[in-house]
Amino acid sequence: MTDNTFNTVRKTFNVCLPDPSIEQSWTLKAYQENGGYQALERVLREQTPHTDIINTLKTSNLRGRGGAGFPPGIKWSFMPRAAEGQKYVVCNSDEGEPGTCKDRDILRLNPHALIEGMAIGGYVMGASKGYNYIRGEFWEPYERMEAAMKEAYEAGLLGENLFDSGFDFDLYTHLGAGAYICGEETALLESLEGKKGQPRFKPPFPAAFGLYGKPTTINNTESFASVPAILRADGNWMDGEWFKALGVENAGGVKVFSVSGHVERPGNYEIKMGTPFSELLEMAGGVWKGRKLKAVIPGGSSVPVMPADAVMQANMDYDSLRDHGSAVGAGSVIIMDETTDMVKVLERLSYFYHEESCGQCTPCREGTGWLYRILHRINTGKGVSKDLDTLLDVANRIEGRTICALGDAAAWPVQSFLKHYRHEFEAKIVDASGNTSDQSKNKMTADAA
Amino acid sequence: MATIEVDGKTLEVEAGEMLIKATDKAGIYIPRFCYHDKLSVAANCRMCLVEVEKAPKPLPACATPIMDGMKVFTKSKLAREAQKGTMEFLLINHPLDCPVCDQGGECPLQDQALGYGKDESRFLERKRVVASHDIGPLVATEMTRCIHCTRCVRYGEEVAGIMEMGAPGRGEYTQIGTFLNQSVDSEVSGNMIDLCPVGALTSKPYRFAARSWELQSHASISPHDCVGTNINVQTLRDQVERVLPIENTEVNDCWIADRDRYSYEAVNSDQRLTVPMIRDGNPENDGGWREVNWESALKYAAAGLLTVIESSSGNHVGGLASASSTLEEFHLFQKLLQAMGSSNIDHRLQQLDFRDDSTASRFPISQLPIADFSNLDAGLLIGSNIRKEQPLLSLRLREATLKNQAQINVIGVMDYEMNFDLAQNIVSNPASLVNEIALLAVEVSKLKENDVPEQIALLASPNEQYNDTQHLAAISNIANQLCSKEQTMVTLGAIAQQHKDASVIRFIAQWICDITDARMVILPPANSVAGWVANCTPGEAGKNTVDMLAAKLKAYVLLGCEPELDHIDGQSAMNAMLAADFVLQISAFKSSNVMKYADVILPMAAFTEAAGTYVNCEGRVQKSSVAAPPKEESRPAWKILRVLGNFMEFSGFDQITLDDVTSEVSFENLSSPKGKTQENSDTTIHYHHTRGLQRISDTPMYRAEATLRNAKALQKTADNPPPAAGLNAKMMEKYGFSDSDLTLVVTTNGEGNTVLPIRLDNRVPNDCVYISAGHLETAPLGADTSVSLEKA
Ligand SMILES: Cc1cc2nc3c(=O)[nH]c(=O)nc-3n(C[C@H](O)[C@H](O)[C@H](O)COP(=O)(O)O)c2cc1C
Ligand code: SF4
Ligand code: SF4
Ligand code: FES
Repeated sequence: MTDNTFNTVRKTFNVCLPDPSIEQSWTLKAYQENGGYQALERVLREQTPHTDIINTLKTSNLRGRGGAGFPPGIKWSFMPRAAEGQKYVVCNSDEGEPGTCKDRDILRLNPHALIEGMAIGGYVMGASKGYNYIRGEFWEPYERMEAAMKEAYEAGLLGENLFDSGFDFDLYTHLGAGAYICGEETALLESLEGKKGQPRFKPPFPAAFGLYGKPTTINNTESFASVPAILRADGNWMDGEWFKALGVENAGGVKVFSVSGHVERPGNYEIKMGTPFSELLEMAGGVWKGRKLKAVIPGGSSVPVMPADAVMQANMDYDSLRDHGSAVGAGSVIIMDETTDMVKVLERLSYFYHEESCGQCTPCREGTGWLYRILHRINTGKGVSKDLDTLLDVANRIEGRTICALGDAAAWPVQSFLKHYRHEFEAKIVDASGNTSDQSKNKMTADAA
Repeated sequence: MATIEVDGKTLEVEAGEMLIKATDKAGIYIPRFCYHDKLSVAANCRMCLVEVEKAPKPLPACATPIMDGMKVFTKSKLAREAQKGTMEFLLINHPLDCPVCDQGGECPLQDQALGYGKDESRFLERKRVVASHDIGPLVATEMTRCIHCTRCVRYGEEVAGIMEMGAPGRGEYTQIGTFLNQSVDSEVSGNMIDLCPVGALTSKPYRFAARSWELQSHASISPHDCVGTNINVQTLRDQVERVLPIENTEVNDCWIADRDRYSYEAVNSDQRLTVPMIRDGNPENDGGWREVNWESALKYAAAGLLTVIESSSGNHVGGLASASSTLEEFHLFQKLLQAMGSSNIDHRLQQLDFRDDSTASRFPISQLPIADFSNLDAGLLIGSNIRKEQPLLSLRLREATLKNQAQINVIGVMDYEMNFDLAQNIVSNPASLVNEIALLAVEVSKLKENDVPEQIALLASPNEQYNDTQHLAAISNIANQLCSKEQTMVTLGAIAQQHKDASVIRFIAQWICDITDARMVILPPANSVAGWVANCTPGEAGKNTVDMLAAKLKAYVLLGCEPELDHIDGQSAMNAMLAADFVLQISAFKSSNVMKYADVILPMAAFTEAAGTYVNCEGRVQKSSVAAPPKEESRPAWKILRVLGNFMEFSGFDQITLDDVTSEVSFENLSSPKGKTQENSDTTIHYHHTRGLQRISDTPMYRAEATLRNAKALQKTADNPPPAAGLNAKMMEKYGFSDSDLTLVVTTNGEGNTVLPIRLDNRVPNDCVYISAGHLETAPLGADTSVSLEKA
């Protein structure tokens, strides 16, 4: 049985998410019946050179699924493999980005793929220990992961001297405490170390100074879980071209998109990179209640919003979304119908960043609260005409000036919402004479004319 | 090296170094708040953003490593725009009421707001208000002013080694403060105030006393320990208002201990002695005391001393000087006593064993320069609570443990809390301290294949402790480190120096140093090295402190000391003073106790009011200056001693200036070579434990001298607990005590007793009780180390 059967029911691929027809897909038995752990076994038995694996990943055009899209093949090659002492691989299952729920399903439905991917990562990078940092609210996924690890240990797939290769790999899970910032990789490391979760200034990067100061590689759940299938390559062992060919230039393979919001069938869809957005929308049953599409945030709350016409032109891959003014991010597609109040949406998003800022850098700590408060005033009818300029200026002064990308993530929605929907904001700003600011502006131009 | 261009100027700089360091050296100013040369880089305030060619975003100069060929613009449009942006963010939630803030006038935020702020705010929301908690008597908090730079947090974590401040909470709700509203108790906590760039952390005693621009600065030296900390004493209209550090990388770096910072409070206190007083026995006067003018007082003092000398001889006069006296005071003091025909001169009130005085090899000078404490690879502290004895040296040991992974070990009598990690921590009881060190010497001799002197071998005779393999392994591990590591030291702390067998400890320690090439470090109290330089020690036929007190001399001259508190054996001191025919005290502070036995009390200038020379433990000679005139009638002690010499009609007392006095002192001693082990030293053990509990004693850091005892805020700190009898949990149980029970402590010789509350203290080893010196309540116990406890 091959693992990439096109699932005609949900029209999705099964690299990271198993075919829904597989019963109890999260068990070792089910995973192994579907090709699971073959890659790990073969790599260890044959002692496949780590550079070959890295090259396969590079060829496959797999890009990091945590948000930044950095290719794991390249990231893995940064690890000082020969350096003495402990090294670590760390999986980021913190999945806090509003709109995202793909890692949760990987943990629930396919935890062994993650375990296998991390063990292969450990072998490639010379790390004998791995940690999986799981979002605090993910209790069920955590239990699935723990159960799968227990099975793996019992089957000799984790632990000492795997497949008599001399390679040891121990894996630990760690449950977070519900802070979004702990998804940022260096904050995650701090939190793992038992400290307050706040990002470290980079450089040094984790490959040089990571967990407990040791060389560390951090990847997203989906990134790790994709690795075994890429190596198996549908029967063409280690042929990176297979995965690559599924996708488009600059983005290989398939990826899980979490579709939420105003659609008929929200859920996770594992589709080819480069699939037109319109097709994805169709898979999800289209906009609900027969309404019209107004806007889409295609990659999670941190990426710019796209108006309907822009997104309907775009394909779900890095280049296309970028060219149409947004980004793949973590692949969380938030659909908004024509009734959506964009001011309210932005107010809510800004509230999120304000609440989740770790508070160490000045622009983010002070700026996110400022943004939210202005938006709250506007939304509650207390806006003043200067507010929109101030909003944009504050966002611009946060962007690019902070330690981690949360600052940028707080700024981008503000910039993009104002760019595309400024009139909705203006309409809510009522000046002293009872006119909305766009009315008074019109009045002024009329007076002038 | 790398060549970079900053604002069009070409600079040759260290590659890899952070940009801000290079621009600082080149005198190019980049604004900053979180960056501090002595702390790790946090890069959180974002004030130092600059433009770097080819970088798409402005970069923080404090966290951007220099690369060859880099082109930097610190004042370009992009850079300015970024810096101004940060300033706006910092100010939106900062109160704009500098006139009512204690930091006003010396506030980097205020200053930089002038350059980078706007005159009008566009922040229409409500400003944040943050509650402040009381964090103790030294540091005042006003957390609404905090800009979250985390300097105070990093200071505690990195430099002080005690994480007292933290940043709990997230985002805007992050609140810098102590955890669970605890107080800040570290002995170097005041440095946070200097580090805090705003008025969030200020000095509680100084707060609102003055504006920085009104203050005059005077470079001086702190008299409280053997570091010779460089301080800036600031005065307003001739009153000392505060003390700040002066950076000296070879001595105190940019830090000072809390006692250096806050002891000035004593100088201004109403406990100051301001008028000469004599006790002429007239019952109409208060206790027979009356205030007189200087002439009468000096005449009275001279007559009193001359009477004793004439009726007996100069040998019946003894002189005790405080270890924090200046070199000049020490010199004139011993000169005056010599002129009286006495060589009973000493300043070592914290010592019981003087057997090695004649061997002269142990001038208490550290063979390790202070700066090199930070560069150690390994070291051994014997009987030392270094954190409280010499706080700034402890910071350096911490630096060595962090920077060099230095292995610092302890052989001591209490499990003191250090601010660095210990490799081995051997807590023995005082009676076996010598055995422990002898055992170490034996281990060293094995490694060095060098025979240990028989005297030492005998002291290492095994007892039941030495069957403990873990214990032996720890000792041999220390030996190993001393033998194999490059930069090493053996330090004798206050407890080792107070020990009844201190000379034996010194002898063995010196032997270990000779064999291993470890540096021998003796850390004497205060300005003691100057006391040695000035020969303020017993002459050939003279008596040391202990003998002087035991001999119950006819007259004593006390310089700046209160022997019943300053001497370890408070009881003997008090007895000797009461029995004397005539006691002259020269002091800056009133003491009702001294008034019980003294005949004349002459008011001397406090340390901020008299210039003088200090010699620190590495032999560095430094001069302090006069910051304020002596209070009221008080006079610099050197002048008092000189005029007293005149009144007694001795020759050699006509120095006009302080320099005249200084120039009489020979500094030859200072260059004396490293001491050699003395063969045939007296290694008899005097510390025999008989029965009952052993008393462990030390002098709490703020009880060590009159100035500190009169410093109000310091007295309220956690380092100054009320006297008590400390027992560990096991002993509490054994004796059936619970915390705060009262106990009657009786010495085994039956001579002393006192009632003290019991305190749980798990630092104390089994079969021992910790009762500190430096308190009138504990003085009656004398120096006897065998005590028993009864329920009171
Ligand atoms: C504020 C913030 C939150 C993040 N949250 C997550 C997250 O929940 N999960 C995740 O995989 N990556 C998250 N990231 C991205 C990680 O820092 C990191 O880039 C990623 O885990 C690397 O994995 P990848 O290379 O496989 O994509 C976050 C980044 C930021 C700035
Ligand atoms: S950008 Fe925000 S979340 Fe990121 S480190 Fe700075 S304050 Fe923390
Ligand atoms: S209290 Fe002062 S030093 Fe500490 S974080 Fe706040 S501003 Fe910085
Ligand atoms: S000084 Fe550089 S970020 Fe604070």
